[in-house]
Amino acid sequence: MVNVKINNRDVSVAPNTTILDAAKANGIDIPTLCYYPDLNINSDCRICSVEVEGARNLLTACSTPVKEGMVIRTNSSKVLNARRTITELILANHDTNCTACVKNMKCELQSLANQLGIDENRFPSVLKQQEVDDHNPSIYRNPNRCIKCGRCVDVCKDVEGTHVLETMYRGHDVEVTPKYGKYLTEEDCTFCGQCSSVCPVAAITEKDDSIRVLDALNNPNKHVIVQVAPSIRVSIGEEFGEATGGEWTGKLVTALRNLGFDRVFDTDFTADLTIIEEGHELLHRVKTGGTLPMMTSCCPGWINYAEQHYPDMLGHLSTCKSPQQMFGSIAKTYYAQTEKIAPEDLFVVSVMPCTAKKYEAAREEMQVNENIPDVDAVLTTRELGKMVRQMGINFQELEDGEFDNPFGITTGAAAIFGATGGVMEAALRTVYEVVNEKPLETLDFKDVRGMQGIKEAEVELGGAKVRVAVAHTLKHAKQLTDQIKAGESPYAFIEVMTCPGGCIGGGGQPYGTTNQKRQERINATYQLDSEMPIRKSHENPYITEIYSKFLKEPLGERSHRLLHTHYKPRVK
Amino acid sequence: MQLREILEKYPKTEDYLIEILLDYQKTKVHHYLSEEELKEIANYLNVSESKVSSVMTFYTFFSMKPKGEYVIQICHDVPCYLNDQNSVQKTLTNLLNIEIGETTEDKMFTLEYTSCLGACDKAPAMRIGEKTFTSLTPNKVKAILAEYRGKKHA
Repeated sequence: MVNVKINNRDVSVAPNTTILDAAKANGIDIPTLCYYPDLNINSDCRICSVEVEGARNLLTACSTPVKEGMVIRTNSSKVLNARRTITELILANHDTNCTACVKNMKCELQSLANQLGIDENRFPSVLKQQEVDDHNPSIYRNPNRCIKCGRCVDVCKDVEGTHVLETMYRGHDVEVTPKYGKYLTEEDCTFCGQCSSVCPVAAITEKDDSIRVLDALNNPNKHVIVQVAPSIRVSIGEEFGEATGGEWTGKLVTALRNLGFDRVFDTDFTADLTIIEEGHELLHRVKTGGTLPMMTSCCPGWINYAEQHYPDMLGHLSTCKSPQQMFGSIAKTYYAQTEKIAPEDLFVVSVMPCTAKKYEAAREEMQVNENIPDVDAVLTTRELGKMVRQMGINFQELEDGEFDNPFGITTGAAAIFGATGGVMEAALRTVYEVVNEKPLETLDFKDVRGMQGIKEAEVELGGAKVRVAVAHTLKHAKQLTDQIKAGESPYAFIEVMTCPGGCIGGGGQPYGTTNQKRQERINATYQLDSEMPIRKSHENPYITEIYSKFLKEPLGERSHRLLHTHYKPRVK
Repeated sequence: MQLREILEKYPKTEDYLIEILLDYQKTKVHHYLSEEELKEIANYLNVSESKVSSVMTFYTFFSMKPKGEYVIQICHDVPCYLNDQNSVQKTLTNLLNIEIGETTEDKMFTLEYTSCLGACDKAPAMRIGEKTFTSLTPNKVKAILAEYRGKKHA
């Protein structure tokens, strides 16, 4: 242990602990701005500066490890003055029209200025207005709000390995942009939105679709239905201050009903449908010598990445649409017919943990008919939280509600779609039983669970051992895809999720998502699965019904038209 | 020299990015690198184009816009300023009819500021290409420009 003095208190901490962590462990918070758990420590904002006896300058608490005998002051006048000056300088180069900003009251810079008691900036604004990039359906990038902390660059470059965003120019002229100041649409951006998730201000946010949804809800000629992704129920509570690790399915359903949706459905239903189609697709490929390994296609960020970087390997992608899009096409055909509603009068909203889902919903392949999209609008978890607050709904006080039928009965297999490895596990539960014609002894495929970047497992199918793999983040997906390209992949089936931890760690999830919170949401997800009465997709009675009444058979003509899609190379 | 030939002089590691950029830009009459060329360099070194863009924009001696054949850099530091750098600059902007950061219409000259050239004892100073001119006066500047124009027409 190392003994140090922080604010006149003797404390002892493990060697190599940073001053920031040492202080925190002893109940002293040091403000940070560029620092973010799980990312590089850049120390470029200097807000966490502290005074250390004997040091020539103030030191950054986030990057300085404690040393035996160190005497640290985190709140001296010198420190507070420095923090104020730094904050004022940042504010002088920032669009400070806070009331007209989506991050108002959720902005880390705003909280910092408030905490430091800044009521006047000594420095006049030097902000040079720059063009906003809103040329895509997913991400809104406003450089006038950027404080150059570098979090988005780290997440784009190091976590995802996509490296679209980077720091350009230097000194006072620094900008964080795609190369040569291009739009995101001109670049290999997958719209995963991890950048928007870590941005401390509102320089990168999701494109807001809440107004469009409200307009539809207020339009008497529209029948507005909503679907909720598996991962929303284990994260939405955080939007209202609840602790991570909870599960809020019942309140979520009631909140949506109170917002005015005509029906509240569950994307879990089409997650089950995806398993049936994708499972049969895998078996078909194995039997007929089709392209293997097959790779999952539910993640739109991954699809974008594959189209951009592996144009000659798109045959490995499952042709299944994602559960979001399957829901939309089933709603606008089967549901519209059953309820006698014209597809053009049906407005399908989805609540997703994801910004890339907005891009996916806008793709031209994702239409039931010309100009009738499968899904009309996509809201992130954060946008839903905002709408619930706007409508004066007190989330915590809500009674539990239940999803509407027919798309309300779901399984544990669908529930785990939101966690990395979940799609694989759900698929294995079904494929195993279909092929081996006997029930699984244990439903838990623990090898594919958890936060490890690449996981693998082996299953026995029809007497043969089959190897499968799971990757989350595109950096890890690249490793498995390059392995296929080199002809060295030992796998038959690979699951890919773009976001760390899968959808529970998606780019549209509540702010403040860290790997620790991801793990807690994963735990809540598997808890939910273990409590479900049905835990295998093929045992969902409504899935059986929709095949007998409408789809007829997996991979059949109707499935092919409504539930499957194709991909196109998009190399720039 | 072709870009390929320059690339093949260097090992395929990120460490040589700046050397390659400098080496290749030197071969270009108008002192700039195009996006296509930068893409080729990025691919050769297996680094992202974002990284190349970041390096290109960090250093002022790299350009993605064509410059004049001769880039005139006027020292913008204190000793030159105190020794009437202003009249040198004025002479240049008047004679060339451009401002700092601009290029003449005939693409012959570009005018830029530079940091200290290390000639403070003979201030004010400027540099054209790799040649430094010191103890400048308006008349001296006129003569230097005439000489460069003559070079072109000779």
